[in-house]
Amino acid sequence: MVQITIDGKKIDVPEGITILEAARRNGIYIPTLCFHPRLTYFGGCRLCIVEVKGFLRPVTACTTTVNKDMEVNTSTAELEELRKLILELILSDHPHDCMLCEKAGACTLQELAYTYGVDGFQFAGERRRYSKRDGNPFIERDLEKCILCGRCVKVCREIQGVEAIDFGYRGFKAKICTNFEEDLDCEFCGQCVQVCPTGALTGKLWARKGRQMSLREVETVCPYCGTGCNITVHVNRNEIAKVTAREDSWNEGWLCVKGRFGYRFANSPERLTVPLIRKVPRGEGAPEKVEDLFREATWEEALDLVASRLLEIKEAHGPDSIAGLSSARCTNEENYLFQKFIRAVVGTNNVDHCARL
Amino acid sequence: MENNVVIRVCMGPAGIAAGGRDVLERFREALASAGLDASVKEHCSSHQVGCLGLCARDVLVEVHTDGQKHTYQYVKPDMVERIVTEHIAGGKPVSEWLVDDSFDAFYEKQVKVVLSHCGVLDPEDIDDYIASGGYEAIGRILKKCLPEMVIDEIKASGLRGRGGAGFPTGLKWELAREAAGDRKYMICNADEGDPGAFMDRAVIEGNPHAVIEGMMIGAFSIGASKGYVYIRAEYPLAVERLKLAIAQARKKGLLGKAILGTKFSFDIEIKLGAGAFVCGEETALIASIEGERGMPRSKPPFPVNRGLWQCPTVINNVETLANIPYIMRKGASWFASYGTEKSRGTKVFALTGKIRNTGLIEVPMGITLREILYDIGGGTESGKEIKAVQTGGPSGGCIPASMFDLHVDYESLAKVGSIVGSGGMIVLDEDDCMVNMARYFIQFTQAESCGKCVPCRVGTKRVLEILDRITQGRGRPDDIAKLERLCKGIKSTSLCGLGQTAPNPVLSTLKYFREEYEAHIIDKKCPARVCKALLTYWILEETCTGCGACRRACPAEAISGEKKKPHRIDPEKCIRCGMCYEVCKFSSVERE
Ligand SMILES: Cc1cc2nc3c(=O)[nH]c(=O)nc-3n(C[C@H](O)[C@H](O)[C@H](O)COP(=O)(O)O)c2cc1C
Ligand code: SF4
Ligand code: SF4
Repeated sequence: MVQITIDGKKIDVPEGITILEAARRNGIYIPTLCFHPRLTYFGGCRLCIVEVKGFLRPVTACTTTVNKDMEVNTSTAELEELRKLILELILSDHPHDCMLCEKAGACTLQELAYTYGVDGFQFAGERRRYSKRDGNPFIERDLEKCILCGRCVKVCREIQGVEAIDFGYRGFKAKICTNFEEDLDCEFCGQCVQVCPTGALTGKLWARKGRQMSLREVETVCPYCGTGCNITVHVNRNEIAKVTAREDSWNEGWLCVKGRFGYRFANSPERLTVPLIRKVPRGEGAPEKVEDLFREATWEEALDLVASRLLEIKEAHGPDSIAGLSSARCTNEENYLFQKFIRAVVGTNNVDHCARL
Repeated sequence: MENNVVIRVCMGPAGIAAGGRDVLERFREALASAGLDASVKEHCSSHQVGCLGLCARDVLVEVHTDGQKHTYQYVKPDMVERIVTEHIAGGKPVSEWLVDDSFDAFYEKQVKVVLSHCGVLDPEDIDDYIASGGYEAIGRILKKCLPEMVIDEIKASGLRGRGGAGFPTGLKWELAREAAGDRKYMICNADEGDPGAFMDRAVIEGNPHAVIEGMMIGAFSIGASKGYVYIRAEYPLAVERLKLAIAQARKKGLLGKAILGTKFSFDIEIKLGAGAFVCGEETALIASIEGERGMPRSKPPFPVNRGLWQCPTVINNVETLANIPYIMRKGASWFASYGTEKSRGTKVFALTGKIRNTGLIEVPMGITLREILYDIGGGTESGKEIKAVQTGGPSGGCIPASMFDLHVDYESLAKVGSIVGSGGMIVLDEDDCMVNMARYFIQFTQAESCGKCVPCRVGTKRVLEILDRITQGRGRPDDIAKLERLCKGIKSTSLCGLGQTAPNPVLSTLKYFREEYEAHIIDKKCPARVCKALLTYWILEETCTGCGACRRACPAEAISGEKKKPHRIDPEKCIRCGMCYEVCKFSSVERE
């Protein structure tokens, strides 16, 4: 532990942590945009500048580690004026269409603009314009709103290991680019969407489904696989508007494409809600419509049918004529029960799991 | 055997551009075919040398006969035959082609350390370098010295980095030596991206072995066994000569394993830069060698602790390294005898702009700007007054004529808002508009910003937009205040040196030439008559003969008038190209 002074307050902090971490652990607020606790530091937005005694110019709190007896000031008139200038510059190259933006209400940039009371018209000038829309099916990339914080680039590399995007061009034209600026073609895990502090990256499925104020958050577990990621389902008038993950969950906010974007089955009219029993056997001449093929049944009836058919097969052909294949979507406990059922009840070792394929 | 006739043809960048290769070839042919005097032919050597300095007069050729030196200027291939027959064979120099007294004045106040062998040695021949005492220092060091002794010597010499920041070289080496880690790297920064700078290029093209020896001494001192030269691909000749020099050094056992039979192993790899100015910044350079996009990162950690591949790394500029063998050969006190207390030794500058003797100069630190500009540079070609000098390229500032007695060293230049920088010196006279000059540099830094941080990426863009509108006559009353707010903010919040220094040209011109900004904004006039949009052209009725030359020359059909009657310019149609001004034989076209 070393003792440092932040804003006149003496505090003990572990060696090797940054000024920003030290401040946050002690409830001292320093504004940031590009900083993300799970990614390597970047130091690009320059909002977290602080004054450190003995340094000629302000340093970024997110990149500077603490030293014994360091004296830090996080908020002086000069620092606040510089932060204001930085925000004005960011906003001078921003579309100013919060009323239409998916991210309104959950946007770090919007919140900072509000806190500092800046609009960016002071330095109004050229704004980046991109007319081509990325044709990928999941991720809306509205790069006019991008502040080049680099979080998406880093999450893609450091967390997902995909490296689908990187910085391209120089100067004012600098831009986050895909390979050869073609449509994004990646795993679509949406980690980048999760970490983007502005409305530059959003889900295509989210469009016009509801924003912060109209959404109700439901904490649940992703139904797709046994990993059991925690997810937050955002519900608007009993319909799923989007799925996100909380950074303080065990999956740290990360999801895969299914968990993040594969939620439309929940409200699909084609979704099965009761068991169906086949009316007409498979084969030639079978009708095409689902209603003509199947009839609705109760769970008792459906399970009885399955049990009796399995019994018939076992008696006629022996237990090894039956095999069980279970699903990665089941939990550990369900998978345990399933193999137990196949082995002890059906009486065969023919049991496997789709995740092995 | 000693040659009693030596011909030296300048083959620096400007020398080659002016036709140096053809001149050299012609000399070889003419000497061969002259064949009249067998002894002349036998004792004659003609070889290419690096930059001789005074580029404005290229191709420069030195003819040494029996201990006498004559220098010819502006040599063209078709002049060679006469020089060979009259001078070399006939013993009578061609006097009208020789340089005049002003040529000697150019060299009088210069002190050549780094450039002492540029223009003398054949850069493509390692034996030439060795014969001049080259690789002697490293040989002695490997046999007799501890790394600490070398570091002490460099510290005692007072050498500071020539790449821009002026960090003490000995201290840098010491920090790297002391840094924990068994793998360390020595990098030579030859990215030289400042517009108008060509010092490092000249050093590598003229004396590549000095840089290699400097790297070897550095590597030995810090404990590195691998070195990189990061050099821009736009310098093909320098790259070629460096490759050749490295290959020759390897062949002689000066690079590779167990050098000169000692335990010291060191080899050098060349990395080509793709021409991004920001890649000269040391952390961006490291990223670039690692195969990443050249983007700077925050310091600390400094490269001496965590550099290339996270290992302790020293990055030194070409000129810094080329000084090293000379310091180790002649001693720290010899080097320290030049310069001022805090800025020891000499510095190479590239003199360009409105100066008679454009070219490469090497002067002791502490020389005044006036001596550089007038004694060495020879003032302006046109005879007009020098208005200011921009030192340090796009990262530097403008120093007005009233301060020309300023001593050129790190501290003095910093005090007036400029920097020594890598050594570009751009001379400006009354025909240069200071607002436009600042705009030019900001345009450069804006385009070269890596885009990582907001103040540099967006801030310089806004500065550029404001300067654009001022020079286009659309300046607003509060623009100066906006510029000052932006520039100060960019300076104190940018991540790397590029952004931190980018506002210098604007801030220094605002400080020393504020009235030029005001003239543009308030009076809508460009005092230097550079900013087109602010010019008005008109014809003086009294002296106009009505010859019609301007009417025919005007591409916008803005001039009308009957033959032999005074003509008139329609200001609405005029596009301010200045054609009429150029063609009028009676000086009847005025502009303001
Ligand atoms: C934008 C920028 C460009 C730079 N370009 C160069 C360069 O072209 N050559 C160079 O030697 N140093 C350059 N530097 C300085 C290097 O970062 C570094 O300080 C230098 O190479 C250290 O060597 P020295 O101590 O021998 O001067 C540049 C710095 C910045 C901020
Ligand atoms: S898209 Fe979002 S996360 Fe990526 S750099 Fe831009 S603002 Fe940052
Ligand atoms: S100051 Fe400019 S060049 Fe340097 S890191 Fe920031 S954006 Fe990149």
